[in-house]
This record gives sequence, C-alpha cells and structure tokens, in this order.
Amino acid sequence: MSIELKNVSKFFGDFPAVYDVSFSVKEGELVSLLGPSGSGKTTVLRIIAGLEYPDSGEIYIRGKKVNNVSVQQRNIGFVFQSYALFKNMTVFENIAFGLKIKKWKKSDIENRVRELIDLLELNGFEERYPHQLSGGQRQRVAIARALAPKPDVLLLDEPFGAVDAKIRQELREWLVHLHHDLHVTTIFVTHDQEEAMEIANRIIIFNKGKIEQIGTPREVYEKPVNEFVARFIGVMNILELEVKDGVARIGELEFPTHGQTEGQKIRIGFRPYAVQVSSDVNRYKYKAILKHTYFLGIMLRLELELESGLVIKARMSKEEYNLLGLRDGMPVSFQIKQYRVLSKEGSELPPEVAVVYDTPFIGGDGI
Amino acid sequence: MGATRKNNKTKMPKPTEGSPVVKWILVIVSITFLSTFLVLPLVNVFAQALSKGVNYYFNCLMLPESKSAIRMTLTISAIVVPMNMIFGVAAAWAVTKFRFPGKALLLTIIDLPFSISPVVAGLMYVLLYGLQGHLGQWLDEHDIQIIFNVPGMVLVTTFVTLPFVARELIPVMQASGVEQEHAALTLGASGWKTFWYVTLPSVKWGLLYGIILCNARAMGEFGAVSVVSGHITGKTDTMPLMVEKFYNDFNSVAAFSLSSLLAMLALVTLAVKTWLEWREEKYNQKG
Repeated sequence: MSIELKNVSKFFGDFPAVYDVSFSVKEGELVSLLGPSGSGKTTVLRIIAGLEYPDSGEIYIRGKKVNNVSVQQRNIGFVFQSYALFKNMTVFENIAFGLKIKKWKKSDIENRVRELIDLLELNGFEERYPHQLSGGQRQRVAIARALAPKPDVLLLDEPFGAVDAKIRQELREWLVHLHHDLHVTTIFVTHDQEEAMEIANRIIIFNKGKIEQIGTPREVYEKPVNEFVARFIGVMNILELEVKDGVARIGELEFPTHGQTEGQKIRIGFRPYAVQVSSDVNRYKYKAILKHTYFLGIMLRLELELESGLVIKARMSKEEYNLLGLRDGMPVSFQIKQYRVLSKEGSELPPEVAVVYDTPFIGGDGI
Repeated sequence: MGATRKNNKTKMPKPTEGSPVVKWILVIVSITFLSTFLVLPLVNVFAQALSKGVNYYFNCLMLPESKSAIRMTLTISAIVVPMNMIFGVAAAWAVTKFRFPGKALLLTIIDLPFSISPVVAGLMYVLLYGLQGHLGQWLDEHDIQIIFNVPGMVLVTTFVTLPFVARELIPVMQASGVEQEHAALTLGASGWKTFWYVTLPSVKWGLLYGIILCNARAMGEFGAVSVVSGHITGKTDTMPLMVEKFYNDFNSVAAFSLSSLLAMLALVTLAVKTWLEWREEKYNQKG
C-alpha cells in the first residue's frame, strides 16, 4: 500500500470538512478524488501532504505512519491549483529548487532538471520567468518541480482547472503518459467527472466530507451505490412518479411498481443511452417531438418532448442519428430499456431493472 | 456651451471625456497650484543657497556645525532604518502569513505614529525617559542619558518612522498569498529557507520602497527630534534642527545650503519611488 487513510476527520469550527474518511491507494496507482466544491476532497489531499493536520485518524505513506511527520519530511510532490511557481525564479531554478534544498550535487541537479525539461517538453524555456509562460507551460513547470526530488507520491489539486479547454485536454493526456512512464503513485483532485473518468484508474467520490463510493470509472458509472453518485457521474433522467391503478405514472410514461401502494411516490432514473429512439412514430410505445440535438463530439444528445411537456434526454452516435434520418422538430417514438428505482439520497440503490420488449429494435447500443 | 459645440465640429472629443473647457480649467488649476506651492519654493531653496556663489555654498556646508549636523543625521538614519526594516518585515510577515489573536490590534498600533503629532511623540519620550519621568531616575542613577542625547533622538525617530516599511510590505505580502510558501514547504524547505528564498525575494521591491520612504522621513524629521535633542550645537543637532538655528542666527545662505541637501534627498527619493512604481507596473502588465 502506498497511501492509507484510516478514519480521518477534520473540522473547521463545528463544520466537518472531512468526516471518517478511510481509503487506500496502491503503489503506482492513479486515483482521482472527485466531488462537488466543498466536499472535502482538497482538504483530504492537503492532509496527505501534511499541509493540514487531521483532528483524528491515521495517515500512512508506504506503511509508515506520518501523522507526526512534517510536510518537509513526507517526500511528496504537490501541484497547486494556481501553479504557485516561484515568480522570482526561472523555469530552471523553479525545477531545481527542491533538489537544492535537499543538497543534491550541482551536476546531479543539472542532469535531473534537464531530464524533466525533456520529459515535459520545456526545452528553450529554461531561462524564462513564470510570467513569461502560458498557462499550460506553467502547469508543466509545476509538475516538473514537484517530480524533481523523486517523491513517493504525486498530489495534484485541481491541476487543470485554470487552463482553457484545449490545453486542458492536452494536459490530461500528459498526465496519463507521465504516469505511464514514471509509475509514481498519483492522487489528483477534480470536480470534473469527465476528467476523473478519463484519467483515473480508480475514483473516490466525495460528498459533504464523506466518501460515497470508491471504484473504477466503469464501476461508478454502471453501478452507482446511491442517487448522489448516479447523478454526479454522467447525465441521468430523473422522474418522480405516482402510483395510480397499480402502475407508476408521470405524464404519458408508465413504469411497473416496486412494492409501492396506490398513491405513493416513486423516483426513477435512467441514463440517456437507455432511451431508444426511432423515426417511425409507431415503432415504440411513447411518442414525442425531437426538440433539440446537442452535438457532443461523436455522440449526440437528443431532447425529446412528450405531449404532456415532459422532457427526456436521449443519447446516440452520429451514425445512428444519420441512419434514422433524424432532424430537430421531427415526431419520433421511443422506449426506455433500463432504469433504476432511486431511493432516498445517501441510501443504497437497488440494482438496475432491464425492460424486455416484444418488438425488436435496430441501431447500436450506444454508450 | 456654444463654443464647445463649435469645437466638436472640428475635433470630436472621446465620448468618455467631458467638456474640453472643464478639462483645461482643471489642468490649469492643478499646474498653478503645484507651481505656487511646490516648485517655486523648491527652486527658491537652491537659488538662495547659491545666491553668494558656489564657493560660499560649499563653505557653508563645510562649517563645523553643518558637518556635525550632517554626521548626526546620517548616524540616526543608519541606526533607525535597519531597525525599522527588521521590525517592518517581522510585523508584515506575522500579520500576513499567520493567524493569531490580537492581529487587528497590531495593525492599528502600527499605524499609530501616523496619527500622533511628532511633537507629542517627542514629549512622550521626554516624560518617560527624562529626569522627571518614570524611568529617568533609575537611568540617571546608572549614568545613562537618553533624553537630550543621541539615544533619545534615535528612539523618537524610530517611533515616527515605524509604519513605513510594514505598511509597504503588508499589501505586497497579502497579494502574493501563501501558496508559494506552501510549495516551498512541500519541496522540503524549512521555514527559514522558505522565507529567505521565496518570501523575501518576492517582496524585495516593496521592501526597498519602504526603506526609501522610511529613510527620507528619518532624515527630515523635525518636531519629535527637536523636543528630545536639547539643541546642543555640534553635538545633538541634526540637519533640520541646524537649518532652523542658522536661520534664526540670520545666516540664511547657510540655512538654505543645508536645506538644499535635504531638498535633494527628497528629489532623489521621489525619483527612486517613481522608478520603482514604474517597474512594478511594467512587471504586472507582463504578468
């Protein structure tokens, strides 16, 4: 185990910023702490780094308890959200700083900095000052500086938050490659679920200072343990239905009951990919108008409006969209392949319910 | 209004600018004001000092009283400025990088010398350290003379110039935040090394600015020093005190000669201050 947290709590006044958090990260793993702002994920990262003290609980780095080890002695690399480069030092001096402090030999410092400058493609920028660099370059210098003293673990706090979308994508790929090459245990904090899904081996989802779920990107997407995770990871249609005549209904939509009695409410959620759409208005059970198509790269998101005014989000590939000959404003029919019954927030979710229809369907499964 | 409309036809003012009449009235008022109250007296200082020729001017500066006063002023500022530099850095560091009870009180107290009349400041010291003062008796018994002596003058000058360095540094340190320091800590630097390599270099221009202002005030201080110096010619007279003495002795050329040195100090301070501000602005634009 590279890093282990046992029952860590941290209070700011009476407010529990982090409450009874336990998890472990294996050697060489790339783990994301994901959650909305104020969920305690950055505090956890700073506790691992030693920049904050926990009020209770234990922290281990490579099997050694580090609660009483100062930040200087923990041998971690930390990348700050706003880079925090030393503005009075050049790129070279910034990267060399940690090595100089650790009293490396001058020639060794020179070699190590060169190595990192090559690795992060900062050649030609050695003598520049931080204010002469672009956002992406600054972030790479910050990563190089953190990696220079060969830390046991690399910690990144919202590393790509302050750069524009295109650079952010580049930097994400950087981080994955860098991790692949160096295999240093890495933990990064983000509020962007897409970023976490794309980069991390495992995701630890935080909400209100507590861990909601730990799992691979696929696990948290396909098997969310509760409604919070289900809603936070990816898009979800959420409907509140009422049981009438033995069937749960909202507008035109009908679902079987799951133990609820007449007049009771039931909440149902389903992913946009679980909605099957046809341009043939008689093919599926429900009829709707395709109100708007959102272009998301190779996938498209469709907004379907039923006669009652209810709006359902669907998702399909561009190929399928073209094959079906869909257009905004067109009447369509649709059905829902899988859905979940959502319990109260915080409690566990029952497994997904698959719906079997008699009518066959065409088109890809989509994601 | 008719005139302005005619003007508009030939040359349109920028839409954000007001009437050109208002603009020129404001400019003329400012320039007249500045020339009457600042430039004219300043030029007059040099004119009076050189009214009997360059040789006479230098002879005035070479008078034993003048030389002693210059030496005294330099001595005081050589002690006061480093002391205030250390205090200013320590106070600014404490206020901006740490949380502690009484922080707001400390900030207020730092500003106190700005709001107290220098004469009152001088009197405070006389009452405390003078023969009638609480500590005076004890000091006298141990043969230590503070009032009417150099230590007293150093003390009051320190008091009067106390806020300059701290006041300059606090906003600069606040703006730079604590992230750079935290980054240095994660890279293994101790608190002292972090301060030396990261905090201090990032505020060096602000520090220099504070030191220059502090020095100008330390050399030019009159009121507080006047109260505690005792005016012993050739012993406890600083330049501003000597200027007054020369003037009262009807030696106005000597008075103006010595004044011209202080005026030059002011001009140099102004030039350096402007240069530092220009540099900072340029740096910020790049950043």
